[in-house]
Amino acid sequence: MPQVTLTVNGKTSTVDVEGRTLLVELLREKLRLTGTHVGCDTSQCGACVVHVDGESVKACTILALQANGSQVTTIEGLAKPDGTLHPMQEAFREYHALQCGFCTPGMVMSAIDLVQKHPDGMSEKEIREGLEGNLCRCTGYHNIVKAIAAAQDVMHGRAQTLAPAAE
Amino acid sequence: MYDFEYHKPGSLADAVKLLSADPDARPISGGQTLLPALKHRLNKPTSVVDLSGIAELRGIKREGNKLVIGALAKHVEVATSPEVKAAIPALAQMAGTIGDTQVRNRGTIGGSVANNDPAADYPSAVLGLNATIVTDKRRIAADDFFQGMFTTALEPGELLVAIEFPIPEKAGYAKMRNPASRYVMAGAFVAKTGGAVRVAINGAGPGVFRQADMEKALTANWSPDAVAGVTQPADGLNGDIHGSAEYRAHLVTVMAKRAIAAAG
Repeated sequence: MPQVTLTVNGKTSTVDVEGRTLLVELLREKLRLTGTHVGCDTSQCGACVVHVDGESVKACTILALQANGSQVTTIEGLAKPDGTLHPMQEAFREYHALQCGFCTPGMVMSAIDLVQKHPDGMSEKEIREGLEGNLCRCTGYHNIVKAIAAAQDVMHGRAQTLAPAAE
Repeated sequence: MYDFEYHKPGSLADAVKLLSADPDARPISGGQTLLPALKHRLNKPTSVVDLSGIAELRGIKREGNKLVIGALAKHVEVATSPEVKAAIPALAQMAGTIGDTQVRNRGTIGGSVANNDPAADYPSAVLGLNATIVTDKRRIAADDFFQGMFTTALEPGELLVAIEFPIPEKAGYAKMRNPASRYVMAGAFVAKTGGAVRVAINGAGPGVFRQADMEKALTANWSPDAVAGVTQPADGLNGDIHGSAEYRAHLVTVMAKRAIAAAG
């Protein structure tokens, strides 16, 4: 049986897989990292987004074997060991950027990649366009967009703390 | 998905050997089309040959009056490449609108062109710019390469290595996306290269095609107004729940006008 060696959230694992095993299946079923969700399984909804070597990808549309040797970050790898949330996670909480929460792991992972790719900051329109690969059926996206707009200032060092959400 | 063997050759020669030895082997690069197809069991390969480790398929470079893009160039790489932006900005702009961020981080130009999905973007740039497809065996003109829905001149086991784009004086692309799937309903790539005008239409028909009447009109007068009166016949175009053939025919003219306006 083929083997995959990859580093997930800083921890290196070697796992037996089949040729057809998807990265998301490896993460959820072999490594028990169930924060990465499978919504549509057709590369449309973005609930499965993780970072592979720093790029956001849909983990349902990449073979585990294609990720051999790579560095993977999932939603479980964002918070510090003491539980301090990543600024993007904190912003999603502050701005109530979720309702049912199913899309949230993928939204957060896509949002972090988006912010990192735009060091000069994004307008509301750019944030909305950047989220094209992530579907949310509850929120109407408004609070997600607000959360990302606030988080980018913290991530780029333009603000020390997250701007509080309006009452 | 049915199971398969996975190979990751380190050279083009090894990949061709693997693919030639087994008619049911399939190449994979970004996998953004192949993996969804495998999940639907539309395809049952015995083995999948991962091309991503092959250096010969990489690179984006300017060679005289041509831009040569390796098959493994991801959409995000084409969209952000300084060479592409300088030489053919319309191509960079097109690449930046394929799928979504995550698809662009994996999908490749070689995969898109070799697959020839009627709703794909790149085939219209390849045809509109009169590009040459370079394979491990030969060179194929764009006019001979695309042969209708999901069909190309590539033979079994033949691999697309690179695409050579002549650098145009002017080029522009416009498309209407399905609001839900974001796939192209109708798109137009217009280009003027060495004085010759080409108009390629994607999304509207079973395969990418050239619009000769528009090419003639634009040769006489390069302006959006020149094609405003050119009617695309609906015969043979795609009709489905998302839009009738007549609607797509109408869109072809609208997209051509927008593409010319974008080209300037």
